[in-house]
Amino acid sequence: MNRRFSWFNATSLTLGFAFLYLPMLILVIYSFNASKLVTVWAGFSTKWYGELLGNEAFLSAAWVTLKVAVISSTVATVLGTMAAYVLVRAGRFTGRTLFSGMIYAPIVMPEVITGLAMLLLFISLGLDRGVFTIILAHITFTMCFVSVVVSSRLVTFDRSLEEAALDLGCTPFDAFKSVTLPIIAPAVISGWLLAFTLSLDDLVISQFVAGPSSTTLPMKIFSAVRLGVSPEINALSTILISIVTVGVISASLISKRNIARQRADEQKALQQ
Amino acid sequence: MNLRRLFLILTPYAWLLLFFLIPFVIVMKIALSDYAISIPPYTPTLDLSAGWEGIKSFLSELDFENFSFLASDALYYTAYFSSLKIAAVSTVLTLLVAYPIAYGMAQASEEWRPTLMMLVILPFWTSFLIRVYSWIGILSNEGFLNQFLLWTGIISEPLAIMNTQKAVYVGIVYSYLPFMILPIYAALEKLDGSLIEAAEDLGCSKMSAFWLVTFPLSIPGVIAGCFLVFIPALGEFVIPSLLGGSDTLMIGKVLYEEFFSNRDWPVASAVAVVLLLILIIPIVLFQRNEQKQREANQ
Repeated sequence: MNRRFSWFNATSLTLGFAFLYLPMLILVIYSFNASKLVTVWAGFSTKWYGELLGNEAFLSAAWVTLKVAVISSTVATVLGTMAAYVLVRAGRFTGRTLFSGMIYAPIVMPEVITGLAMLLLFISLGLDRGVFTIILAHITFTMCFVSVVVSSRLVTFDRSLEEAALDLGCTPFDAFKSVTLPIIAPAVISGWLLAFTLSLDDLVISQFVAGPSSTTLPMKIFSAVRLGVSPEINALSTILISIVTVGVISASLISKRNIARQRADEQKALQQ
Repeated sequence: MNLRRLFLILTPYAWLLLFFLIPFVIVMKIALSDYAISIPPYTPTLDLSAGWEGIKSFLSELDFENFSFLASDALYYTAYFSSLKIAAVSTVLTLLVAYPIAYGMAQASEEWRPTLMMLVILPFWTSFLIRVYSWIGILSNEGFLNQFLLWTGIISEPLAIMNTQKAVYVGIVYSYLPFMILPIYAALEKLDGSLIEAAEDLGCSKMSAFWLVTFPLSIPGVIAGCFLVFIPALGEFVIPSLLGGSDTLMIGKVLYEEFFSNRDWPVASAVAVVLLLILIIPIVLFQRNEQKQREANQ
C-alpha cells in the first residue's frame, strides 16, 4: 500500500485513539478524586484505594475470580491444545464435522445462551452451583479460543520435523514433547493468556452458573455499577487497567526481544 | 485405531459433548415444556424409571406452546426486532468509525505499525465491563460530555443520552471497535500500492482511486468486521443493561429477566432457541466468507 501519510490520516488516528482511550483515562484520573461526587473534581486523594483494600467483599470476590481464572485457563489450555491437535492432525474420523462445529460455536454464541444452557445442565446433573460450576463453564467456553489460537500455529508447522524425530526413534509422545511442543509453545502461552483474561472478564456466564455463595469480581462490579458511578469502582478499574497494561506491554516487549534474538541466531548460523 | 489417538480425540470431544451440546438439547427440551410452580419450575420431567412408557408420555407432553406465546406477545417480537435494528445500526456506525482508523494505520510507516496495532488490541484485553462502565460517567446528565458541551455553550441544557438507545450505540461502537479495525487493517495492509499508483497514472483522482481500487479490495475485511460486530451485538446483555435503561429493549436482556426475575424457564429457553435460529444465518454467512478468503489466499 502507498505510504503517504497525510493530515487526514493523522487526524483520524488521533481522534480514533482519543475515542478508545479517553473514557479509560477519565476513569483513572477520577479514581484519585477526593469527592464522592464522581464528576466534580475536589482535589487529589488516594482514599478510595484505601477503602477498596478494606472492603472484604471485593477482596474475597477478587480471590474467587483469580482462583477460577488460573484453574480454568490451565485446564482449558490442555483441552484446547488437544482439540487443536485433533482438528489439524487427526485426519478424518467419525463426527469430525460435529467436533469442529462444537469448537467454533461457543466463540460466536451469545453469552446469555451459553450461560442458560450450562445452568440447565448443572441443574439436571444435580450439581451444586458454586465455584466448581463456574470453573467447568469457563473451561468449556475458553478452551475453544485456545484451540483456535493453537490450531492456527499448528497449520503452519512443518510436519517433517516431527516425522524426522519419529524416524530417529522417538516415541510419538517424545516427539510431541521435544519437537512439537517447543515450536507451538508461544501459541499455547498466548492461548492460556487469552483464556485467563476471558475468564477474569466473564460476567454473564458466571452470573448464570454461580451459586449464592460464590461471587466473582465482575459480578460484584456489575451489581455495584447498576446503582451508578462510584469512586471505589473507579479505583478498582484503575488497578485492573494498570495490571493489563503492564502485562500486555511486557508481553509484547518480550516477544519483540525473542524475535530479535532469533534473527541474530539465524544470522550467526548463516555466517558459520 | 490406536489407543493414544482415541484418547486424544475422545477427551476434548467428550468434554464438548457433555458441556456444550447436551446443554442445548436440554434448552430445547425445556423450551417445549410447560411452566409449573414446582422445583424445577417446568413439566414434564423425564422419568426414566417408568421405562419406555415414561419416555412416550414425556414426549407426548412436549409442545410448541412457548413458541406461539413468543409470537403472540408483542414484548418478544419487538425485542427481537429492536435487537436486530440496534445491532445493524451500530455495525454501520462502527464501520464508519473504524475504517478511517484502519486506513490511517495501514498508511503509517513500518516502525509505527506494531505500536498502533498494540494500541488497538490493548482495550480488548481490558475488562469489557469496565470499558462499558467508563461511559456512564461521560454520558449521564451531569456527566463529562454534557459538562463540556454546556461549558462551550453549544447546548444550553444537558442532552439526555444516558439510558436511551443512543448510549447503547455508543457502548457497542466503543466495545467492538477493535473487532472492526483489525480485519479491515489486515485487508488494507496487504493491498498492493502499485495498483493505486496505476489508477492515479491513468488519470484517477485520489478520491476516485480510493473508491475504485482501495475500497473494493478491502471489502472482505469490511465484511468480516461487520459480522464480528453484528453477531455479538445481537445477543448483547451488558451494554443495554448498563447504558440502555428501561427504554432499550434487547433480547439478551429479555432472556435474562425472563429467567431470573420471572423464573419462567420454558419461555427463557424458547427465547434462546429463537435467538439461536436468527443467529445461524449470519454465522453461516460469516463462515462462508472466511472460507472464501482462506481459499483466495492459498
